[in-house]
Amino acid sequence: MTDTGLFRSAGLRFAVVYAVLLAASAAALALFLWWATAGLLDRQTEAAIRADAQGLSERWTEGGLPGLIVTIEDRLTQNIDDDAIYLLVGPGMQRLAGNLERWPGSISDAGPWYELPVRRAGMRSLARVQSYDLPGGYHLLIGRDVQVRAQLRTLLTDALLWALVIVGGMATAGALVVRGLFRSTLANVSATAGAIAAGDFTQRVKLSGRGDEFDQLAEVINEMLDRIGRLMDGVRQVSNSIAHDLRTPITRARTRLEDALLHADTPCTLRAAIERATMDLDGIVAVFQALLRIAEIEAGSRRSAFARLDAAPLLESVAELYGAVAEERGVTLAANLPAVLPGYGDGALIQQAVANLVDNAVKFSPAGGTVRLDAAATPLGLRIIVADNGPGIPALERGKATERFYRGEAARSTPGSGLGLALVQAVAQLHGGELALEDNRPGLRAIMALPTPDNQDA
Amino acid sequence: MRILVVEDDKDVAGFVVRGLREAGHVVEHKDNGRDGLFMAASETFDAMILDRMLPGGIDGLRILETLRGQKNAVPVLILSALAEVDERVKGLKAGGDDYLTKPFAFAELLSRVEALARRGKAEGPVTKLVVDDLELDLLSRQVKRAGQKIDLQPREFRLLEYLMRHAGQVVTRTMLLEGVWDYHFDPQTNVIDVHVSRLRQKVDKPFGSPLIHTARNAGYMLRAEPM
Repeated sequence: MTDTGLFRSAGLRFAVVYAVLLAASAAALALFLWWATAGLLDRQTEAAIRADAQGLSERWTEGGLPGLIVTIEDRLTQNIDDDAIYLLVGPGMQRLAGNLERWPGSISDAGPWYELPVRRAGMRSLARVQSYDLPGGYHLLIGRDVQVRAQLRTLLTDALLWALVIVGGMATAGALVVRGLFRSTLANVSATAGAIAAGDFTQRVKLSGRGDEFDQLAEVINEMLDRIGRLMDGVRQVSNSIAHDLRTPITRARTRLEDALLHADTPCTLRAAIERATMDLDGIVAVFQALLRIAEIEAGSRRSAFARLDAAPLLESVAELYGAVAEERGVTLAANLPAVLPGYGDGALIQQAVANLVDNAVKFSPAGGTVRLDAAATPLGLRIIVADNGPGIPALERGKATERFYRGEAARSTPGSGLGLALVQAVAQLHGGELALEDNRPGLRAIMALPTPDNQDA
Repeated sequence: MRILVVEDDKDVAGFVVRGLREAGHVVEHKDNGRDGLFMAASETFDAMILDRMLPGGIDGLRILETLRGQKNAVPVLILSALAEVDERVKGLKAGGDDYLTKPFAFAELLSRVEALARRGKAEGPVTKLVVDDLELDLLSRQVKRAGQKIDLQPREFRLLEYLMRHAGQVVTRTMLLEGVWDYHFDPQTNVIDVHVSRLRQKVDKPFGSPLIHTARNAGYMLRAEPM
């Protein structure tokens, strides 16, 4: 486990990859250069020797041994570069023509290329030769002096090796630079994350402004942080609201109990006080349940219950349930529903949301008023409208009306927890839709739009 | 009726056991999962009240699954603080017959347990419900009282049917919402009271003696004798 620490660094990994890639491409380039220069020289030499052999073999066929000897002498005198090497020997290996003193001992077979040191005109040199067997036991050796070329090749090899060493150095330096860049780019993100982990939620990842991949990553991280921030604000708001709005009924229940403990002098008053306190506690439990249900809906876990549905019977049931209540209050509940309302979502939640809207509308309608429940299946999805002609919500407060525990001026005197519209809003959002509150002149018109997605794979 | 209560919270258990005994039931109580399962499997009960989170390594759902695995069909009411819809579904899937979340009103618990125990002894399909001089024919969907025909809306019919099926028992508003309307949430307004009051207008008012009674702080009860 000692060396894993090094390779756990992504920066180092990237640096190593960079260095290896650079070295590999440099090596490939060097190989190609070698092949194109030193290799070309070798190939030219071999081609020249082959052409010579071809010519001499024709001479042998036309003029026999004397013709060949003459031709070799001619070629030697005409060779301006003085690099040609010929040697013709008889069956006893005695020299007949050519510029080598004797047949090199290391050459036995005809065919393969030999590169060997030779001595000619008293000078040591390097030659590349090939031997040919002629009829009648004669042997012919054709070659070129490659001393100069060998020096050139050595020079080239040295240069390329040095180049590789330099490339290696540059690769290492480059790798260090890459690692440094990588670290400094990430340092920004990790510093922000560290600060947030330590509790400073105002920090955001700085953008370089280049719009590159790191900026995109930073933007995604910042968006995520914003969303978490909003959720945390929501939680904070809810817990504050709980602290405020539940303190009142809890205080009331506690006061009743304590008052009964201290002052109730008959079993009858004691019993009444306990009963009232129990009712207060039931109210608190109901608020808790509503809060939990909203939280559950907002968490999106209920989306698993989504399916295609016909909302018409659900809404009819709500209209029927509240019809009696409305009648009792002298309010007309006019439901205008089509026979079929195809939609997509969680039927129980949609029903509860509509029930909350109708509940509100009936509650706030004056006697003699009318509550309308309209619904339509549009190409965009379900549109459910609940309208009343009660006091409505002032335009300035409509945005706040869907917050938890919001209670309008008109609602102060009516029972309710201030959670009804928050639940409707949560249901609409769970379905990817929205809840719009409008002025019904007079009254409130709540429009719940629940889109039907194109690909309902559930 | 003989009822087994498996609940580890001493206060809740004491309250439930006392209440059930006062209501005239024979009650056994166990405060952990192991003893609860042993007793439920070895003796016969009319109903069982089961907490979900229990000490002793065996929780409520395990007990339920084990009992159902042994073809034990004792009616079980799950009593739990786990109130989310998913938890409720889990409890019913494991074989629970009803699910009541804590905190609860004792009247609600009693009504539901008695309804469950009664259901466990259903004596074949019924075609006609009779309470005193009130008759409800499930086939012709007709209601008569003292030989006089009463016209009811479909929902009123179902409401009366539910009350008559549980005649002599308290049914709570929540039970009516679930059983008649299939609503699993509490509407803020007391809608049920309005519907019961309309039903009374038709079933009780013209006939002098009321059959539908209000059980204080609990719900309603349909029976011949006054409360």
